[in-house]
Amino acid sequence: MAAAEPIIKMAKIEKSFPGVKALQQVDFELAAGEIHGLMGENGAGKSTLIKVLTGVYKADSGQIFLDGRPIRIKSPEHAQKIGISTVYQEVNLCPNLSVAENIFIGREPIKNGRIDWKKIKNEAETVLDKFDLKIDVDRKLSFYSVAVQQMVAIARALIISAKVIILDEPTASLDTDETNKLFEVMRQLKSEGIAIIYITHFLNNVYEITDRITILRNGELIDTCLTESLPRIELISKMIGKDLEQIKEMENYSKNIGENNKVLLKAEGLASKGNIEAFDLELKEGEVLGLAGLLGAGRTEMVELLFGLNKADQGRIIIDGKEVKLNSPKDAVDYKIALCPENRKEAGLIGNLSVRENIILALQVTRGWFRKLSQARQLEIAQKYIDLINIKTPDTEQLVKNLSGGNQQKVVLARWLAINPDLLILDEPTKGIDIGTKADIQKLVLELASGEGMSVVFISSEIEEVTRISQRVVVLCDRAKIAELTGSEINQKEIMYRIAGGEA
Amino acid sequence: MDSVKHKLIKFRNSKAFTPLLALIFLFIFNFFYIDGFFQIEIKDGRLFGYLIDILNRGAPLMIIAIGMTLVIATEGIDLSVGAVVAIAGAVAASLIGGEMQITPAGEIVYETVTTVPVAVLAALVVAAVFGMWNGFLVSSLKIPAIVATLILMVAGRGVAQLITKGQIITIYYEPYFVIGQGYLLGIPVAIFIVAAVLLIVGLLMRKTALGLFIESIGSNDVASRYIGIKEKQIKFIVYIFSAICAAIAGLIITSNVKAADANNAGLWMELDAILSVVMGGNSLQGGKFSIVSSVIGALVVQTLTTTVYAAGITPEVNLVIKGFVVLIIVILKSDIFKEKLNLLVQRGDRV
Ligand SMILES: Nc1ncnc2c1ncn2[C@@H]1O[C@H](COP(=O)(O)OP(=O)(O)OP(=O)(O)O)[C@@H](O)[C@H]1O
Ligand SMILES: [Mg+2]
Repeated sequence: MAAAEPIIKMAKIEKSFPGVKALQQVDFELAAGEIHGLMGENGAGKSTLIKVLTGVYKADSGQIFLDGRPIRIKSPEHAQKIGISTVYQEVNLCPNLSVAENIFIGREPIKNGRIDWKKIKNEAETVLDKFDLKIDVDRKLSFYSVAVQQMVAIARALIISAKVIILDEPTASLDTDETNKLFEVMRQLKSEGIAIIYITHFLNNVYEITDRITILRNGELIDTCLTESLPRIELISKMIGKDLEQIKEMENYSKNIGENNKVLLKAEGLASKGNIEAFDLELKEGEVLGLAGLLGAGRTEMVELLFGLNKADQGRIIIDGKEVKLNSPKDAVDYKIALCPENRKEAGLIGNLSVRENIILALQVTRGWFRKLSQARQLEIAQKYIDLINIKTPDTEQLVKNLSGGNQQKVVLARWLAINPDLLILDEPTKGIDIGTKADIQKLVLELASGEGMSVVFISSEIEEVTRISQRVVVLCDRAKIAELTGSEINQKEIMYRIAGGEA
Repeated sequence: MDSVKHKLIKFRNSKAFTPLLALIFLFIFNFFYIDGFFQIEIKDGRLFGYLIDILNRGAPLMIIAIGMTLVIATEGIDLSVGAVVAIAGAVAASLIGGEMQITPAGEIVYETVTTVPVAVLAALVVAAVFGMWNGFLVSSLKIPAIVATLILMVAGRGVAQLITKGQIITIYYEPYFVIGQGYLLGIPVAIFIVAAVLLIVGLLMRKTALGLFIESIGSNDVASRYIGIKEKQIKFIVYIFSAICAAIAGLIITSNVKAADANNAGLWMELDAILSVVMGGNSLQGGKFSIVSSVIGALVVQTLTTTVYAAGITPEVNLVIKGFVVLIIVILKSDIFKEKLNLLVQRGDRV
């Protein structure tokens, strides 16, 4: 396969941003009919390489060849025209348009001089069918969850007849089932001779689907290998350039058994019509509670009630023995509740503000607008978290929108850690985060719980991650709480069984 | 050496860069084409000259631009400021208006309905109420700002006319003239008013977290809500503030021309104000803002107007020239141009 003439060849690509060398002398080859994994830590330069290839950025130097001929790709539209179809990491869809419109926007089929709406609808349904996604394509996109939106973005890329398809972390918010469906589609495309670049932080996925892997570290090309001849251990050490013992060590931490801990927050018969059915919940100090369930099972809806983003129309919330009303996030923040949202671009990042400002914002809110944190204090706090969770940024003043996807996620997390909350709700906090840092974050969460007595609610589409750090797991299905697991019940099999509707 | 270069780069990327460049360019032009442009004389202990004139006449625009900056920073816009200028002027004038009477002894006396502070306060309060109206439409009813404030832009002039009963109210009461024509320590009072507004707002924005919250909302209002920032409240306040700035400008203008003209006071000023803010490098998409840059932007707009008049060009041409300047600024600020410029700079570095 590697012997065949590559469809795309990138040679000695260089790209710098102020203060960052994002790509240095990177070579990359993509052959027809291969699925090529692109791996590396957060900020390694993966997305930048893709953006150079698709004309979003202009390389400072280096050359790109398409079918052996040098080519200058001027813009993403140009890339699309020559057969390169891309799903970028920051999905850019129009939340106010319908699902079908989002799939076809910019290339609407025309019939008799008019947009052929019927065809749009039919084809949108057909392509979503491949993912077994039965949704109303006439509905506004914003009505659907992040995961569905992600699928729509993928569908949008697949519907163009392309020679090359690029997927930059498409599975970050998908669960196992959906990922498998995506893989089926990818295999199908591969058999048609289409080349696919696939970026992810999930090792399992890479080994399942890719033929070759290219590894970047700090903007440099480390290696390109055949997947089957690259042991996992080696892949990891190539990615992070650290020895493996450290990683292994990180994964072996013990959970604190929080049975006798004080109850911090209690929800009794809490419900919001159409979002989540009535549920009871107890959150204890020093305990990590995991929420498991499929997409749309109601995990996000559940925590939205606990953060005042949605009003409950039934039931009550009791904090420290007193009934409280949470009508807005501000109320929740005043009770020292923090929520790190699932959708980081829309609900998390303040893109045009600096890393420093993003990190101190929530803390500033708790102090009110009158007592401003001094510049020195702000710098100190920002620097503390940059070091603590390893945020890769040239300095504290870099605009957050210029960070890599995973590092943006870390900034949002840092913002909430900075207020030192009593209750920390994490909705997919490790989404798009590389394995080294992911282990760091999991460890940090456990430390916060056992060491500082923080109560943590942890949502993740990766069941394995949930089982690893939770002392209790609440399982949701069809927007209702269906089970609560403790102790030895917390394992992947049991959770899957419950989700599938089985009784104990 | 390196730090000097770093500072230069920082300055080049700062918001104040383009408007300052434009201002310097205009000054150089005027130096050659207008006699004595840089001369400042002292007559009767008062400063006179083109530069003082620009500052003095530009005062209303500078103040409105300050309010407009905050509105634009929240990703809003306030089209009603021109109308609020007229309303505030009408309120003040009708309260103070008074009459000129000649006593039997042949003395001329000015009678006023109320004292100056009362009239000023009334104008500010009325403006604040209209600001609340705008703020309510935008923050609570979620009407797009451009539409919400358009309502008052149109209806406001009608309100002003109702107050003046369709007449131009002439003001005879002399103490009121201090605002727009008075001098303090040889410097026009209006300039002090600008300085005071700039100082107060500047302190409020930078010494408290209000500025940060405004920028946060302007950059991403959904995420700001998730952080617990009271987005509605801040938007509401910002529109009130803009209206109060417009009212202060209205007071200066009525005091300056000794009359309140509901039809023409502050006409098209919203456009000049938006132009000033944009020229000041502030994005219409909200987010990071600089009120100082907006004030410099306002000075550019005012200098342009003064230049055109001083050079004896007809007012119609003034508009064309303004349009042309906007075009240049927009091109200078465009990403493509910046990229080209950076490329040039980089090449220069290598040589
Ligand atoms: N527009 C930009 N301006 C400045 N720096 C940037 C910009 N885009 C990327 N960078 C920097 O370039 C480096 C590489 O970023 P890139 O987004 O390619 O990383 P990545 O490998 O995709 O990481 P992740 O796994 O977190 O998505 C990072 O240090 C990032 O901060
Ligand atoms: Mg990336």
